[in-house]
Amino acid sequence: MIDGFLALLTAFLVLSGAGFALVAAIGLNRLPDLYTRMHAASKAGTVGSGLLLLAVGVHAGDLPTFARALAGFFFFVLTAPISAHLLAMAAHRVGYPLHAESVRDEMKDYDKRI
Amino acid sequence: MTAAQMVLSFSIWLALVVLCVSFLMTVWRVIKGPTLPDRVVALDMLTGIVIGFIALIAIRTGFTLYIDIAISLGLVGFLATVAFARFVLSRGGREGPPGETAKAEMIKALAAPVPETRRSPRKKPATGTGPAVRRKAKK
Repeated sequence: MIDGFLALLTAFLVLSGAGFALVAAIGLNRLPDLYTRMHAASKAGTVGSGLLLLAVGVHAGDLPTFARALAGFFFFVLTAPISAHLLAMAAHRVGYPLHAESVRDEMKDYDKRI
Repeated sequence: MTAAQMVLSFSIWLALVVLCVSFLMTVWRVIKGPTLPDRVVALDMLTGIVIGFIALIAIRTGFTLYIDIAISLGLVGFLATVAFARFVLSRGGREGPPGETAKAEMIKALAAPVPETRRSPRKKPATGTGPAVRRKAKK
């Protein structure tokens, strides 16, 4: 009974993680410029791989494995924004342009303000 | 094999197919991506997808040791992205239309005259206030 429930939960986690990865890949191909592509890759992609790791932890069914999977999940969720932020900051400072339809660039005069 | 196990097996196969599709789409972005940061973002995403693959293989085979491999791959991917961000920052915005810049730089490097070796290196004027300079000034 509990095994069946765990298997169904694992199946749900696996499918949703793969779906998030697919959404991230579609966004990476369809969005217009670098900064919007970064949204797709660093949010949906991270959640996708994190959910798949959680699925491993749930499927194993013992506490140490689940704790390791949870640690990996939090590691990814904590590091993805940092790397995306660093990359966006570097690209914006170097001068990679936003898409022409962007309406607002709050970092435009960042160098003057600091 | 119970029904739940069959559902799990089928969903793992489906997830493998979906991850394959998203992997190929991300590779397409790496190939096409007009600028360097686009490619870096796509490579970061590629690391995430490979972590997903590793997790699926861990579920299929039952080796939970794969979790540690996935965590270390995530660490390597994070460090690579940070290093690429530093590289983008230090390289500056030298990027033209795709393929043009590299070719132009290569032509410029080939056409540049060979620099002559300087016969007599210019002497540096003694500036500074070190002990040697002070001794010379006393004489």
